[in-house]
Amino acid sequence: MPENCNKASSDTEPLWRDEFSISRAHERYVSRRQLAKFLTLGSLGMFAGNAWILVRSWFRKPQSYQAAVVAKAGEIPVGGVKLFQYPRQGEQCIMVRTSEESYVAYSQKCTHLSCAVFYAREKNRLECPCHQGYFSITDGSVLQGPPTRPLPRVVLERRGDELIAIKMEPEA
Amino acid sequence: MKHDLPQQRRGLTAIDAITALLVILLTMQVWLLSATLDAFLAGHTEAALPGAIVSGILFAACFAMYVFIRRVDRDARPRD
Repeated sequence: MPENCNKASSDTEPLWRDEFSISRAHERYVSRRQLAKFLTLGSLGMFAGNAWILVRSWFRKPQSYQAAVVAKAGEIPVGGVKLFQYPRQGEQCIMVRTSEESYVAYSQKCTHLSCAVFYAREKNRLECPCHQGYFSITDGSVLQGPPTRPLPRVVLERRGDELIAIKMEPEA
Repeated sequence: MKHDLPQQRRGLTAIDAITALLVILLTMQVWLLSATLDAFLAGHTEAALPGAIVSGILFAACFAMYVFIRRVDRDARPRD
């Protein structure tokens, strides 16, 4: 250890000596203190993250949805699929005709890492090919895999011969 | 280490214990943030306020422990 290690830092000393102005005997204390400081800063970061979520939730505006025609009734066969974009262009959704009179539609974006899910007809479920996340065709809930949130559901309404998308649940 | 005074050894032990507690609290905060974010992205904003409050309390506890560590460190540090 150089003799001048414990000298007070001055303007002429390099930055590293100012940052590590410690003797070897103090080293253990400093490393512990720095770890504690690092952990406390990490804690502050976590708190900032939670505060950011809180602010975002305060200023969150309820999204307005416009009704959009998705398909004609009977346009797709039972077990068939139609892709469409709702509520905006580029937001891909998938509609499945599960029986003669039953249609369901969900966002096609997997809630894990946003891969596109597809309908596995033989297993009657929506599957994400990226990480084998499976979703119920009934309500979009997670059946298996890394996703923790269900697929956002597109609420459909039948008006005469047309299937209309009304809104998304839960709201995006 | 064998030349440490008893007061310094106690100080180091206390600092180690508090650091372990800090790690536990930080782990809880990481879990809390991921759970709150998951709920928020799922459209459940009602978890945001309790999440922020609990996270703030945990941060306050971490900060208090850090201040305590600094004090113990100052008291236990060998004098030149």
